[in-house]
Amino acid sequence: MKSNIIKSIRITLVLTVILCVIYPVAISLAGKLSKGRGDGETITVNGKVVGYANIGQSFTQAKYFWGRPSAVGYNAAGSAGSNKGPSNPDYLKDVSNRIDTLLKYHPYLKRADIPAEMVTASGSGLDPDISPAAAKIQIKRIADTRKLSVQQVTDLVSAHTEAPLLGVFGPAKVNVLKLNVALDALKK
Amino acid sequence: MNTELFGIIASFALMLVIGIPLGKYLAKMFAGEKVWTDFMKPVEQGIYKLSGINPNEPMNWKQFLKAMMCINLLWLVYGFFVLMNQDKLPWNPDGNPGMTADLAFNTIISFVVNCNLQHYSGESGASYLVQHYIFMFLQFVSAATGIACAVGLFKAFRDKTTNDIGNFWNYFLRAITRLLLPLSIVVALILTFNGTPSSYAGKDQFISLQGDTMHVSRGPAAQFIAIKHLGTNGGGWFGANSTHPLENPNYLTNITEIVSQMIIPIAMVLCFGYFIRRKKLGWVIFGVMMIGALLLLVPSIGSEIGGNPAITKMGIAQPTGAMEGKEVRIGPTATAFWSTFTTIVSTGSVNGMHDSTMALTGLWQLLGMMINGFFGGCGVGVLNYFIYLIIAVFISGLMVGRTPEFLGHKVEAREVKIAALITLLSPLLIMAGTAIAAFVFTNHGNADWAVKPSAWLNNPSFHGFSEMLYEMTSSNANNGSGFEGLGDNNIFWNVSTGIVMILGRFLPIIGPVAIAGLLAQKKYIPESAGTLKTDTITFGLMTFAVILVLNALSYFPALALGPIAEFFSMHK
Repeated sequence: MKSNIIKSIRITLVLTVILCVIYPVAISLAGKLSKGRGDGETITVNGKVVGYANIGQSFTQAKYFWGRPSAVGYNAAGSAGSNKGPSNPDYLKDVSNRIDTLLKYHPYLKRADIPAEMVTASGSGLDPDISPAAAKIQIKRIADTRKLSVQQVTDLVSAHTEAPLLGVFGPAKVNVLKLNVALDALKK
Repeated sequence: MNTELFGIIASFALMLVIGIPLGKYLAKMFAGEKVWTDFMKPVEQGIYKLSGINPNEPMNWKQFLKAMMCINLLWLVYGFFVLMNQDKLPWNPDGNPGMTADLAFNTIISFVVNCNLQHYSGESGASYLVQHYIFMFLQFVSAATGIACAVGLFKAFRDKTTNDIGNFWNYFLRAITRLLLPLSIVVALILTFNGTPSSYAGKDQFISLQGDTMHVSRGPAAQFIAIKHLGTNGGGWFGANSTHPLENPNYLTNITEIVSQMIIPIAMVLCFGYFIRRKKLGWVIFGVMMIGALLLLVPSIGSEIGGNPAITKMGIAQPTGAMEGKEVRIGPTATAFWSTFTTIVSTGSVNGMHDSTMALTGLWQLLGMMINGFFGGCGVGVLNYFIYLIIAVFISGLMVGRTPEFLGHKVEAREVKIAALITLLSPLLIMAGTAIAAFVFTNHGNADWAVKPSAWLNNPSFHGFSEMLYEMTSSNANNGSGFEGLGDNNIFWNVSTGIVMILGRFLPIIGPVAIAGLLAQKKYIPESAGTLKTDTITFGLMTFAVILVLNALSYFPALALGPIAEFFSMHK
């Protein structure tokens, strides 16, 4: 028994050096060669960081494309979904309210035009993307607010629609932050 | 829609393409035959020397289990104190506080037993020191512990009659140096080059496009997420686990993570067959497990892409499926796919919130964890399945009126008793645990704990019951996923699930290894016309029937009160 304890302590120490020092430091060094230098990829406007490519942020103003509802208000120092069950009556009331809000700001929409992701909270609360359909329903509002032509905004959305992986795997998506940054650039 | 289906088909194909050859490799490698990773030998010899270990010393099953328990107890004690004092230790850039005693108790058990049930949140609950030196360390070694114990069991059946089931340290270290570590390096690199942070920088702050001040938690996560999946651990670096866009930045990382959590469980099953020179047995077990997995997978996908019927009633389009708790870049199909595999193997990482999945998806998730033997966690999946095998051998023996035999050894009262006790353990822990929780919830709603029992549940009615059932099931299965709406960071859940996790880990390891050790010592009986062959499709189906009957009888009442009742209440 005693010999087992000593062996256990010694191998724990040796493995700690390998698994907790050498391995992570080596990966971290290799990560310096990646796009975001292993710190996370940022997006800058005029040299100032305005966000992370992969982290969604809150957009509430009419001139911007909106992202999905978030259970944590896009607080990226934490992350969580709503954890509401599908039959929860309070939750269904929330969804219903979100539909009403969307319809209020987009009076031209029918209910069947609204994709579910715009009225349901994401899993992380930080979802950076929306589907192309969810971007499409906002085009008219953006064009009206910014006094742009619908065509101009539509083209911008198409340009920012990311195809599935290799064109065949997984969903297509639109990164809301990148789209909005491009939208701001368009105005000038 | 179609691209989402192609995505999971590709993931599934990759699991097989990598998992199957890996199984052959593992059998050779653990048997000590020549393999391409032999270049690790000098490193291993160095580690043995520094640790004072002789890897060639034979061990009987008792010595083997003693060594295993000893090092696991050491990790429990050492980790407990580090967790409680993380605020006083270095490398805590975000200034996170030390854990309370009950949270530290729960958390350290959770990581030692390969469960990774997390009652803290990564961003605010753990320093970088704890994340790497305790959690990531344990993710490697707990997976290696499970694999080593499974290989010990394999070894017992490789020779005709033997006392020696191999050296625990030898299997344990090889599992790390020749399997977990090399694969982790590959996966971590894929992740970091796709946007998962891997540097040691702390929280960042900036002004968003709209002018809000934002904070973003970061840290060396890619290293951690690689082993979290390969080792079927599942604990997230961030609170939201692999739904978090830094843990799982795009569809490629999603495929990488789901594939990496399945390859070792698949490989271990085939390794069993190759290792004991009964290839066919490995494939029959693989077949049974795969049928079980698909039977859980297909309806899960169906219920998620069907969308939430309550939202359909509101007239909203659900073109891809139910989106609550899911991410756009992953989509409902891949989330349903992942939710099945993460629950049948004991990973418990999530790429969408299980609490918000449809009622029947929740049912399949629960069932996957209750069975816990369709591939299962690293090493322990095979051990769990072995118990089902012994029960099936016993029942078959009774049916044909002969003394049951398994691989040339008589299975007698002692072995069957152990197997029966282990079989009964899971229902006992899950049901008794849930019953006590439900009792406390209804009768002591105002108990003065960190979260009052009356405030535990995030959802009312049947779904609320499912949250408690899920927590106990996940703990017993050492899965670690949760219906995360449950307010679980309080003394009741921390202590109760801590006890369930530790019993649900070590007894189902000790039982099978002991049975194997006992069988291996017995006289070898050569196969004859009267031998019950265990590597046939008939016997595979027999085992499947045993699994089905045992689990249906044990869990149907509880499942009827939770997800099944919720389903019917939504569709009435």
